[in-house]
Amino acid sequence: MPSILVFSEQDRCALELLRKGKELGEKMKLAVAAAALGASQVEEHRRRGCALVYTGSPDPFPPFDASIYAQALSQIAAASGAAIILLGSTRSGKELAGRLAQKLGAGCLTDCQSLEYGNDGLVATRNAFGGATVAAQKLTTAVQIFALMPYLCEPTAPGEPGGETVPVALNLKPSPVRKLKSTPKDSGAVDLEGAEVLVCVGKGLGKQEDLKIAEELASALGGVVACTKPLATDLKWLPESRIIGLSGKKGKPKLALCAGISGQVQFAVGIRDARTLVAVNLDPNAYIFQMADYGVVGDLYQILPQLTAALK
Amino acid sequence: MNIFVCMKQTYDLQQVRIRKETRQPVLENVPLTLGNIDKNALEEAIRIKEKSGGKITVLSAGPESLEDTVKEALAMGADEAVLITALELDAIESALSAVLLAKAAAQAGPYDLIFLGEGSTDSYSGQVGPRLAELLDLPQITFAKSLSLEGRTLRAVRSLEDSLEEVEVDLPALVTMVSEINEPRIPTVTQILKAGRKPKKVLRPEELGVPLRDFAPQVQTLSNLAPVQNRRGILFKEGAKEIPALVKALEEEGLLRR
Repeated sequence: MPSILVFSEQDRCALELLRKGKELGEKMKLAVAAAALGASQVEEHRRRGCALVYTGSPDPFPPFDASIYAQALSQIAAASGAAIILLGSTRSGKELAGRLAQKLGAGCLTDCQSLEYGNDGLVATRNAFGGATVAAQKLTTAVQIFALMPYLCEPTAPGEPGGETVPVALNLKPSPVRKLKSTPKDSGAVDLEGAEVLVCVGKGLGKQEDLKIAEELASALGGVVACTKPLATDLKWLPESRIIGLSGKKGKPKLALCAGISGQVQFAVGIRDARTLVAVNLDPNAYIFQMADYGVVGDLYQILPQLTAALK
Repeated sequence: MNIFVCMKQTYDLQQVRIRKETRQPVLENVPLTLGNIDKNALEEAIRIKEKSGGKITVLSAGPESLEDTVKEALAMGADEAVLITALELDAIESALSAVLLAKAAAQAGPYDLIFLGEGSTDSYSGQVGPRLAELLDLPQITFAKSLSLEGRTLRAVRSLEDSLEEVEVDLPALVTMVSEINEPRIPTVTQILKAGRKPKKVLRPEELGVPLRDFAPQVQTLSNLAPVQNRRGILFKEGAKEIPALVKALEEEGLLRR
């Protein structure tokens, strides 16, 4: 019987996908199953009312590797009769998505911002033309893979009766890629995707020490500081984990305050889901004002400290 | 060392405007170029060649206009190009791209390294690399931010969301990279002039045994429009003087903690 299979190597994302899978399963009249490659995920899914949790040996399962996980998931997909596979659009999820899609002859859409079932069938939205547009797309293949952006929905809450665990005998070829070491990018890493308030800074900032004025404002607003890509990759003023934009994180804060940012599309795609957007820029014609609820034309070196003071 | 670099032709997105009334992108007269991150992949190949020698072949599938667009890559330092062209390959899907590139790579091989950007500039789907690795049964290293080669062993630092992962693989291997890996060079006028004379092989999909009529599209696009911006658009033009008004507005929206 065709079914929906969910998997993410990230625990939180896996439970978001389970919620989405259940919602779609109800509408599409499809059973929902989860693939759990690791003991902790099995229990997590079972506690959240996932009727079937597929798991494979060896136990403990090796840490994420695209080629091994693609093999495992293609075998689990075959065993579960998966017609729709939901993955997380993390970097690991994306490299898995392509490899798995090719194995299964499946169509695939990554970086999906939404996935809904309606009159047109199962339709995903994702950025196109580098984020200048948003395309609504569907797949025409028998097996369909959608990699969904993390934080697309809340994780399923625990408390429902547990389902059945189905072990699948996996036949896995070892990966030729040898892992040597892994180091955290940023020990003080913050959760930009989950933050309620983001203070974003761009090249309007003159020097690294001046980040202080953004940090002070962020702390007055109860938020965290994020930045455009050049500030992290070219200038290295902030770690890469703070990048908002097409190749960084996508924020969904209640409030975003963007200072010294012109609003190029590569940045804009990461912040346009903010509920309220405030922009501070010297140039009254800056594009960022077109996407702002409130714009303040002026020098961020004056506006930010004064705003911080006004909030205290 | 034979390095294949897969590149995709896209519109120069800096020049794509949105028609306000219809929210549609305006693509007429927008120049074509090669993907931004694809150029990082090519730059990395050139650096390896400069150090260890070898040959760089650019592979690309797309419409006929590719023959002209690919000169950019040849000018940068690729030695030759293998192009798979057909009118229908405009706005090519990842799955078809991977199949055509795999066939072309097998025919143009042997190869030691296949390089790609982590995603194309336009669609940024990130599928072609992993799909191609699967088709060619190659190990894949994705999101590389630095590479070093010692003999037949490639070492890479991968940039994941919150960690850097160091990995090692024996060649042949496929690598996708992030734009932080390098700064692509700008070709000189002499290089641009010479690019036209570098070898270019143009193949039709049928010549690779992939008749396009046999390939059913996997992705159907229902709409593709600029997102609706429901923003208030209130502009305080007087700078710092208007901070009280901004604070009041944010307060009324319940966005301030007090």
